[in-house]
Amino acid sequence: MREYFRNVFVAVWTVLVGMKVTWRHLWSRPITLQYPHEKLDYPERTRGMLFCKIEDCIGCLQCARACPVDCIFIDAPKAPKEVDLGVTSDGTKKKLFVTQFDIDMTLCCYCGLCTEPCPTECLIMTDAYEETVYDRSDLLLRFAKKGVSY
Amino acid sequence: MRDFVDYLINNYEVWGVIPRPLLYLLVMIASSAVILAFISVLVMFFVWLERKVAGHIQDRYGPMEVGGWHGWAQSIADGIKFFVKEDIIPALADKPLFVMAPIIVFVGAFSAFVVVPFSRSLMVADLNIGIFYILSVSSLTVIGIIMAGWSSNNKWALYGAMRSAAQIISYEIPVGVALLSAILPAGSLSLRAIVEAQSGGFWNWFLFRNPPFGFIACVVYFIAALAEVNRTPFDIPEAESELVAGYHTEYSGMRFAFFFLAEYANMFLVGAIVTTLFLGGWEAPIFSAALSGLAPIIFVLKSIFFVFLMMWLRWTLPRLRVDQLMYMSWKVLLPFSFACLFGVSAWILLQPPAVWELVAWILTVCLLGAAGWILLGNQAQPTKVLRAGS
Amino acid sequence: MGHPWPWVVGYEAGLNMLETADLLKEGIKEELQSDEMLLNMGPQHPSTHGVLRLVLRTDGEVVKEAVPHIGYLHRCFEKHAESVTYPQVIPYTDRMDYVGSMNNALGYAITVERLMGIKVPERAEYLRVIVGELNRIASHLLAFGTYGLDIGAFTPFMFAFRDREKILDLFEEISGARLLYNYPRIGGVAKDAPPGWLEKVRAFIDYFEPKIKEYNEILTFNKIFIERTANVGILPLEMAISYGVTGPNLRGSGMRWDLRRDDPYSIYDRFEFDIPIGTGEMGTVGDCWDRYWVRIREMRESAKIVRQALNQIPEGDFIAPEGLKAIKPPKGEVYVRTETPRGELGYYLVSDGSQQPYRLKVRSPCFTAMSVFHEIARGGMIADMVAIVGSLDIVLGEIDR
Repeated sequence: MREYFRNVFVAVWTVLVGMKVTWRHLWSRPITLQYPHEKLDYPERTRGMLFCKIEDCIGCLQCARACPVDCIFIDAPKAPKEVDLGVTSDGTKKKLFVTQFDIDMTLCCYCGLCTEPCPTECLIMTDAYEETVYDRSDLLLRFAKKGVSY
Repeated sequence: MRDFVDYLINNYEVWGVIPRPLLYLLVMIASSAVILAFISVLVMFFVWLERKVAGHIQDRYGPMEVGGWHGWAQSIADGIKFFVKEDIIPALADKPLFVMAPIIVFVGAFSAFVVVPFSRSLMVADLNIGIFYILSVSSLTVIGIIMAGWSSNNKWALYGAMRSAAQIISYEIPVGVALLSAILPAGSLSLRAIVEAQSGGFWNWFLFRNPPFGFIACVVYFIAALAEVNRTPFDIPEAESELVAGYHTEYSGMRFAFFFLAEYANMFLVGAIVTTLFLGGWEAPIFSAALSGLAPIIFVLKSIFFVFLMMWLRWTLPRLRVDQLMYMSWKVLLPFSFACLFGVSAWILLQPPAVWELVAWILTVCLLGAAGWILLGNQAQPTKVLRAGS
Repeated sequence: MGHPWPWVVGYEAGLNMLETADLLKEGIKEELQSDEMLLNMGPQHPSTHGVLRLVLRTDGEVVKEAVPHIGYLHRCFEKHAESVTYPQVIPYTDRMDYVGSMNNALGYAITVERLMGIKVPERAEYLRVIVGELNRIASHLLAFGTYGLDIGAFTPFMFAFRDREKILDLFEEISGARLLYNYPRIGGVAKDAPPGWLEKVRAFIDYFEPKIKEYNEILTFNKIFIERTANVGILPLEMAISYGVTGPNLRGSGMRWDLRRDDPYSIYDRFEFDIPIGTGEMGTVGDCWDRYWVRIREMRESAKIVRQALNQIPEGDFIAPEGLKAIKPPKGEVYVRTETPRGELGYYLVSDGSQQPYRLKVRSPCFTAMSVFHEIARGGMIADMVAIVGSLDIVLGEIDR
């Protein structure tokens, strides 16, 4: 009998305590942002879409080797000795044409392992995350440019 | 209704052309249509309110886009969406039952509104069995729910329907007995008479009269009515996380909208009944004679408060399991409502002078405090655990 | 324990091939009685934490037998690990228990380091512990929130995720990602903490500890919640040990066993923290409420550990020099077990001296927790199935790998 009344009391009491908590939350300021009118600022290490500054690429293939899902496709034939390819922005002499530098973002797992071994830091992860496309082949990023990298 | 028709015929010659029975019929249909429209608009408001209340309790905003200011037009957009959705009926579903189920649920919910008194003269029909009519008509929803669950050809929907039937039928009884505690002091089943018995200020409301049994009866009725309308913590028939959507899983488009509207209309009905029977209906708490012009607004505001209370409870409490639900109905609410009935009868029989009411209130508060101390405080278990959480 | 395979039961019961095949399809051991129902809580269900299929044989609301079917999320992790290099395995380990991925990668990194004999710098060890324990808090918050959601309370879920967002923001600042971090590396961690990060972690811990009281008020001690979870899904201690259940599930049954204290790895022996166990105060020892209560208290203990780590963390390198070169462990095998938010995660690594693992086998704690489900679910109601699955706190990514 006593157990019965105790259960009723505890039930009513804990319900009221819970209601007090939600009442407090009802009148406090919401913490959400009104996306797309307001957007967050992202830290600089954010791993968003990949971007390659193809002028700085020396064709070392380190990023393609580092990728765990093999989503970077690079073709870097050796340039003949007469051709002067110039230097990258930090002074390294370029010796290879980069005729193909494709990254298949539908395969990419956004782990960032490709950005770590790059000696000229031309492959970086930006903070772009709103990259939805209508056609899947638009997610195959082609960075090699005629006249720039070959 | 009759007086309104007589008034029309006596004061406006043109209405005398139509034969009287036909005029009654026309007026009934017109007023029912008005009530239907009013309740539909109110339900759309409740849908918006629910989403806003849920949002703010959960530290977020709720609808904000549609219509500009806090998404007030969200319900309208939802209504249009329901209209244009494809009407899918499962291939193996029992078609006649499938089609009729939402209609029966809708009828059960809306037809109770014809006796709800919005003010002394503002009701569709002043039946002398008012509250009894409401109880019987709102039980029609059980049939609709079972039809929905059965005809969906879906085991989960069937489970939801069976649970719902058991739940609603079990909770009818505490509802009826708790309401008796408000009907006895009034002496009549007519809703208008019940409100008029509470006139004169908020101390006359049945909530505060015959203490403490009036208050307990109101609480018991409110909890039992929560179960009647399938709201959390009693919403296992539509338990989202277990049965996807329970008995209305297979419904889409306008048919689902019927269920949805019926649920919110039922909620408003519960609020209206609590207001009428325990909170003095259309009477203002103070200066009731002076504010009688605002009667419908006061009534709707009081009912909306209870609807808000139901929403608040939904977003606070978890769900009860079926057997716990049954336990609560038969072993907790029913004894308490019987106790209230006896208590109220004792008050009416003994007819003590008014000062005894005050004494009873003070006694109740002291007893509650003492009981709380004995059961919760001295007994280390719950408070020890409660404090250990800090 | 020895339950016979279904086809053996069918054969012994005298059923022919077709009838046995029918039983085999569902895995149900006894023949269906006439008033029983076979219910399928399919792979798509709001309450099973991932793609889990539960086949229930019920008599009305009471469940006579519950058979879980897994494998819907199998992605061949162990096979992948054989064809990628050692550092490239880490993104794959993240995706096993995706809710607590710092701890997965930590376990793997410790495995390779133990095989190669790499000494991890102090600062890296402390950073690993800080992110590991923060991830434990985040994982338990998710368990708490989704458990409330399963039981029907919608608000604690939002509160839990509000606090989880703060942790995920911290992780984004240090590693770049919110869920699959690729942060603990072989030999240390990927990057050092950015300036101001440690203060932010301290501010978060100061903000978080009072929030546990709020969770208790709204869910833990709510009578309805207690009614739903106490005396439900009771896991006796002998059964837990015999099935190999570990982590909060084992501690909920009363055994004070935590690998951070009983088989210490990394620098956990430098921290003081309690090991909460279930004592059956709301019902029976080992019921759902006990497991849940263990998780709530573990959040507080993890906050304690993070605070001590923040006070003790030195300056220094964030990765050992061997970690920056090509990883080529000597021939051999090693088994390392760590305490993740879900239990004892074991990595068994066999190396043949090349740059790719020869064999990497993972001992998943959720797998053993799921294997005991059919024992503790018997006799409960359908609503209890959901409560029990939620209290075991499984992540299908780890069960299926």
